[in-house]
Amino acid sequence: MKFIRKQVDKIKPNFEKGGKLYFLHSFFDAVETFLFVPNKVTQKGAHIRDAVDMKRTMIIVVMAMIPAFLFGVYNTGYQHALATGAALDFWSMIGYGLIKILPIFIVVYVVGLGIEIIFAQIRKHEVNEGFFVSGFLIPLIMPVDVPLWMVAVATAFAVIFGKEVFGGSGMNILNPALTARAFLFFAYPAFMSGDKVWIGGMLKGEGIIDGFSGATPMAQAAEGSTQFVNGAGNALSNWDMFLGIMPGSIGETSTLAILLGAVLLIATGVGSLRIMISVLAGGALMGIILNLFAINPYMELPWWNHFIIGGFAFGMVFMATDPVTASQTAKGKIIYGVLIGMLAILFRVLNPAFPEGMMLAILLMNVFAPLIDYYVVQGNINKRMKRFKHAKA
Amino acid sequence: MENLINIFVKSIFIDNMVFAYFLGMCSYLAVSKTVKTSVGLGLAVIFVLGFTVPLNYLIENFILKEGAMRWLGEDFADVDLSFLRFIFFIAVIASMVQLVEMIVEKFSPSLYSSLGIFLPLIAVNCAILGGSLFMAEREYANIAEATVFGLGSGVGWFLAIVGIAAIREKIKYSNVPEPLKGLGITFIITGLMGLAFMGFMGINL
Repeated sequence: MKFIRKQVDKIKPNFEKGGKLYFLHSFFDAVETFLFVPNKVTQKGAHIRDAVDMKRTMIIVVMAMIPAFLFGVYNTGYQHALATGAALDFWSMIGYGLIKILPIFIVVYVVGLGIEIIFAQIRKHEVNEGFFVSGFLIPLIMPVDVPLWMVAVATAFAVIFGKEVFGGSGMNILNPALTARAFLFFAYPAFMSGDKVWIGGMLKGEGIIDGFSGATPMAQAAEGSTQFVNGAGNALSNWDMFLGIMPGSIGETSTLAILLGAVLLIATGVGSLRIMISVLAGGALMGIILNLFAINPYMELPWWNHFIIGGFAFGMVFMATDPVTASQTAKGKIIYGVLIGMLAILFRVLNPAFPEGMMLAILLMNVFAPLIDYYVVQGNINKRMKRFKHAKA
Repeated sequence: MENLINIFVKSIFIDNMVFAYFLGMCSYLAVSKTVKTSVGLGLAVIFVLGFTVPLNYLIENFILKEGAMRWLGEDFADVDLSFLRFIFFIAVIASMVQLVEMIVEKFSPSLYSSLGIFLPLIAVNCAILGGSLFMAEREYANIAEATVFGLGSGVGWFLAIVGIAAIREKIKYSNVPEPLKGLGITFIITGLMGLAFMGFMGINL
């Protein structure tokens, strides 16, 4: 550690004002604060001493996503092996998954952090840590086979128009990761939906065995089946879907892995339990309502089944709880969460245009979260006003 | 009944005046600085749309449309006055807006002054004329459908302006780049909101 510190101190003058590498100062700053706790001392104003800063919060979220990521790597390999009829060898499946997924991560981080650094440089602020989380989320909600240049374009769009134009981390309106996904979803639907994008190599048809179908349980449900099958035609039990052994976006399939992350988020207080429970309750409520009407097979799908297919769990744990774009007030969080859950199931079942509704439900509620907050705050002000008048009279 | 609900939901979310057709943008951009005034303007728009669309529906179907005046006798059966559509519609809208203006001035002078010129300008708000023209174009079967469509369009516009007003109040504290402050960022937010509203596209009740 000492050695690194010495090296950093040695090259530091080059990046300070007047140094010849001054134009890279925010990049240097980012690397330095990544390696060491900054030694900046605040001089005035109120102080709170706490070990939890933004960097630590963000890294906890990333850690919470590790189980989903690892399972995604395994599942990518597994689905590919299933599709090509290869032997189900654990290490070769992991290897294939890594080959498919790591490039997406690299592209996202290079593009996203590159843009962040350029903005930080021009606008003279620090590089924010916010992108560590967004950058980890974006690959997990992409189909395996998405072309890398599309990932780059979407990341650029999300970082610039979703975040930087509002002034960077903590000021955006829409969740950047979902913005990236929605952008691709509407711009290149052929690569973001359908039956072929979820399994590595299937879009190009490389060595896929005959009759193999890559349809996700979501797509099957939209077509009216309630007994889901995997690509080879074998029935998927609820347990399989809970574990996540089914086609889908990279990190979204395993409800179990996501719940492991949720436990960490809740235990550390980083993710809002209130929002997660509200989303779950909203989804259950809508599911039960639809079960009662049950005009078509999709509506008859047991309501709890919605939680283990598609991106419901992932959106609930990692997207809806985003502290920046969610409602800030306690009461607002409940309204926000319940509406997300209800809308997600509503979009799924009643909107034949899109098989999955979680992404759009969260984006829509991101848009209305400030409004919910506004009215919760106003309600509180009115209540106190009344109490005040009462006390005075 | 099911049909009416369908039209209502469709006109609020799917055929949203702002996000699907980009109508009524001028007041949408200009009055959305605070939630309070935008709620006032939004309610005014709901009111005006809710009355003008059915009124114009009657005018369209009993006076303007080809053969609409058959009820006056066979002589009028082939009169086609649809070229007068714009004038008639605008006249109805302008008189309704006048009424709204008087009501608002009487009951909420503070709202009246904060809306300023944009209250009378509802008369030329394209969302309102658009509502009537969509009504004529889509040929709704009866006056109930037209009323529901008018109200729904108004509610959709209301949601849009109130939503963006809350966002604009929130981003007051954001460090938006200097050139984008004000209108620029509002356009970007509108685009992003449109993206979020895409979820409703294709819903069939």
